[in-house]
Order: sequence, then C-alpha cells, then structure tokens
Amino acid sequence: MTNNWITTRAWFLMLPLLIVMVAIIGWPLFDTVRLSFTDAKLVGTAGNFVGFENYVRILSGPNFQRTLITTFWFAVLSVSAEMVIGVLAALLLNQQFYGRSVLRALMILPWALPTVVNATLWRLIYNPEYGALNAALTQMGIIGAYQSWLGEPGTALASLIVADCWKNFPLVALIALAALQAVPRDITAAAMVDGAGAWSRFRFVIMPYLAGPLMVALVLRTIEAFKVFDIIWVMTRGGPANSTRTLSILVYQEAFSFQRAGSGASLALIVTLLVTILAVAYAALIRKSAGVS
Amino acid sequence: MERRSLAATIFVHLAALLLLAVILAPVLWLFVMSISSTPDLIAKPLHWWPDTVDLSRYGVLLSSVANSAGQAFVASLFNSIKVAGMATIAALIVAIPSAWAVSRTPSVGWSLYAVIATYMLPPVALAVPLYMALSWLGLLNNVFGLALVYLTILAPFTTWLLKSGFDSIPREIESAATMDGARLDQILRIITLPLAAPVMATAALFAFLLAWDEFFYALLFTSDQRAKTLTVAIADLAGGRVSDYGLIATAGVLAALPPLLIGLFMQRALISGLTSGGVKG
Repeated sequence: MTNNWITTRAWFLMLPLLIVMVAIIGWPLFDTVRLSFTDAKLVGTAGNFVGFENYVRILSGPNFQRTLITTFWFAVLSVSAEMVIGVLAALLLNQQFYGRSVLRALMILPWALPTVVNATLWRLIYNPEYGALNAALTQMGIIGAYQSWLGEPGTALASLIVADCWKNFPLVALIALAALQAVPRDITAAAMVDGAGAWSRFRFVIMPYLAGPLMVALVLRTIEAFKVFDIIWVMTRGGPANSTRTLSILVYQEAFSFQRAGSGASLALIVTLLVTILAVAYAALIRKSAGVS
Repeated sequence: MERRSLAATIFVHLAALLLLAVILAPVLWLFVMSISSTPDLIAKPLHWWPDTVDLSRYGVLLSSVANSAGQAFVASLFNSIKVAGMATIAALIVAIPSAWAVSRTPSVGWSLYAVIATYMLPPVALAVPLYMALSWLGLLNNVFGLALVYLTILAPFTTWLLKSGFDSIPREIESAATMDGARLDQILRIITLPLAAPVMATAALFAFLLAWDEFFYALLFTSDQRAKTLTVAIADLAGGRVSDYGLIATAGVLAALPPLLIGLFMQRALISGLTSGGVKG
C-alpha cells in the first residue's frame, strides 16, 4: 500500500468525526463570530451589522473588567490551592500507613461527585440559618454567631473556592501519586545515603518526576477554572452584588437572560480568546520544560 | 526501605486521618441530611446524627404519582440516562475509526491537535448559535437535541483518549495480519478492537460521566420534564422554594450514586485513563 492511499484511508475513516465537528463545533463558532458584529437578539430579529461596537462597549465597560478580575482570582486561588494540597496529599498517600489502599480508593469520591451535586452540597453546608459549617464552628466556639457565608460579598468567593478545591484537589493528588510511584526506589535511597534531607530529596530527586504530569494538570485545571460556570451558578448565581460573577456567568446573562445574542457572542469570543492565549502559553511552557528535563 | 521514627509514623497516621475526614465528611453529611427528619436538620444546636432514621424522602423522590416531586425527579433521571447513553454511543461511533486512523497514520497526526483544541473551547463560544439552530430544528427541550450538543464535548474527548489507547497496541500485530492477507475490516474486527476493548470501556465510562455531569447546555436547552436532566432538576431544587433541605440532599445522593459506584468499582480503569489521557497528552 502506498503512503498516499494510507493517508486517504485515514481521512475517510475520520470523515464521520469531521462532519460532526464541523456541524456542531465549526459552524457554531463561525456563526458566533458573525453574530458578534451584529445587534441580533436571541429570538426574533436577525440583527444589523454594527462593526466593532459590541467589542468597544464591552471592553470599555466596568462589568467586563470587574468580572475578569473575579475570574482571575477564582482561577489563580482555586488552582494553586488544589495543586499544593493535591501534591501534599499525594506525598502522604505514597507513605506506608494502615488503611492506605482504602484511603487511596476514597480519593475518587469528590472527583466522581457530579459538580452540581457538589455545589448543592456546599450550598447546604454554608446555609446561613441551618448549615453544618455554622453549626460546627459555633459548637467549637470559633465563631459567636451564624454567618451568611455565601450572602456576604466578603466571604462568598472564598467559600466558592473552598468548595471547588475540595472537589478537584483529589484529581491532582491521584495524578501526582501515579507520578510518584514511577520514581525508582533506589534513586531516593541513594539520595538518602548521600545525606540529602527531606526537602532536597523532594526538590531534586522527586520533583523532576512530578513536573511533567503536574504541568499538564495545572494547564487543564486553569483552563477549566477560567471557564467556570456550574458551581457558581448553583451556589450564588454570581451574587451577592455580582461579587462572584465570572466571565461565563456574564456571557450567560448577556446572551440568555437579556437575550442580547450579538453582544453575548462578542463577549463569548473575548473569553475564547483569553482561554486560547492561556492554552498556547501553557503549551509553549510544557514544550520548554520537556526540552529542559 | 527507609525506617521511620515513631514520631514520623504517628504524624503520617494523623495526617492520613485528617485527609480521610476532609474527603469523607462532606459526602457523609450529604447522606446524613438525606435520612434526617426536618426537625433534626433545623435544630440548634444541630443534630449531627438523626434520632430516628427517616428514609421517606427516597420514597417521595422515586414515586411515580402524577404531578408529584417524585414524578419530575424520575423523569429527569430517565432523561439523564437517555441523553448520556445516546451521546456516549454516538461519540464512540465517530471516535473509534478516527482515533485508530490518527494512531496508525502519522501524516494526519496534526488533526488530533485540532480535536484537542476544540475540547478547550469554552461552551459559551458555541451556545448562542446552537440555541438558535436547535430552536430552528424544533430540537429545543428534546433529549435528541441535547445528546447531539453533548457530542461537542464527548467526541473530541473520546477521540483523544482512544487514540492513546490504540497507540499502546503494537501495530506489528496488524502488519502481520495484513501479510497473511486479512482485509482492514477483518483486522479491526478480529484483532484491534478486541485488544482495545478495555480502553474503549474506559472511554465510554468517562464519556457517560461527563454527560451525566453536564449542566450548562442542559440549563440552556431544556425547560421541562420532557428533556430536563438531573443536574438541572437538582439546581432547580437547590435554588428554588424548596425548604426541605433533606429532600435536596436526597436528590443529590441519588444523582451521585451512579458516578460514585462507577468511580469506586472501576477505580483502576479510571485512574489509568486519567493518567494516560491526562499525563501523556
């Protein structure tokens, strides 16, 4: 068989996937670009061409800037907490202790819990009148009066981050644990014989094994955190006083609550562009770190 | 092997207990809420364990009495099963031949990056045209329409996962069969697909879990019992006028049960999928 024929055969086998992807991803993406230059409504009017008006209005408005900052803090704080706690948990799960295999198995629970159920669960835990967090903290004497964790702009975002972190750090832990198990025992033993302390063993012997997988986890988690919608919608709907409104929530409100399809589309494309920049920057970072190690 | 000091051993066990509590407490509390009576749940100080176990809410939610909370819940349960099932099967049908082709044909390998790139796309980038198209096709609030939209997520994901699965099956086996005169369809049917069965099962489980978990598109494209999925039904309960926290928790337990069971029993397959798909890239 010639190479030409093999390539043709490959495209032929990929045809069903390509047709589906063009129909439900390619075309909608293209149409979002078209809509972003119009003043179309979600239902009814097709809209007129308005040039860059939507973009100018969004980028210069206070809503977008504030939402971008909220999204940035949500992504940075939740992902970095997940990475640190995840690696610590993985180091622990790599030690010998009673019940280790049971604990390793249980780590899958938060990951498997549907995001909406997780959000609902934490919303109940944070409930201002009957929630378990208020009850526990009061009974331990840490707080004097019940707090409205999700109802105060000062605590709402932090409370969301805790809920998101609880769901996602086990995934980081499982990925890091798989990488730790690939570290040859004789290398760590040799480092110990040579007198390396715990920190230098982690930094110089174990970390090179962890870096690659953790980098990939970091990329995927950051992009997901940047696109976050479910957990925030279920817990706060972006409130109170828009203090937890992230970019995806803003797009939802613009395009579907206010039915402004045109400006919703431009906002969606700005979000897409930001995610793309993140993805490309990270891809370059990974390639670079893979080249070094 | 390293010998640990007694203090280090105690520290490791305490840390493990802390991790166990962090992982388990929220999940257990969800379950306890679902079996506690309402007075127990709104008592101050809070009752951490109910005086009497109250399983009535499971009966309420799983009943099929017309116009009850149960009927709506059961309908959304079936919708979730239908949508996730159809989307998973459709995703596998388009992903298996493509993943094999990409795995065996280096010259089209770049197309895999295009596939992965679409997986990174935020759903909001597609939502408005998809809404208009579904509306035009009369597929809004329809399980087929929603399953079709879910392919935007599942098809790239399963292709990606299956490609790394096919990569681990040596192509020499296929070459040998070709030498023996086997046709391509015979090679795939008799050799490659049976060898790839475990990775296909993993991909199917992942795809099903992703669809079961999906919320954004379901919120946008469904509006009543004909197509509303479990995630939307639960969000409605949590954000609505329902003041029975135990009922919300019960709905959560029921929705979480299938993925939790899959997660616990299929642990090995899922973790190998996570690490091969997520780590090797």
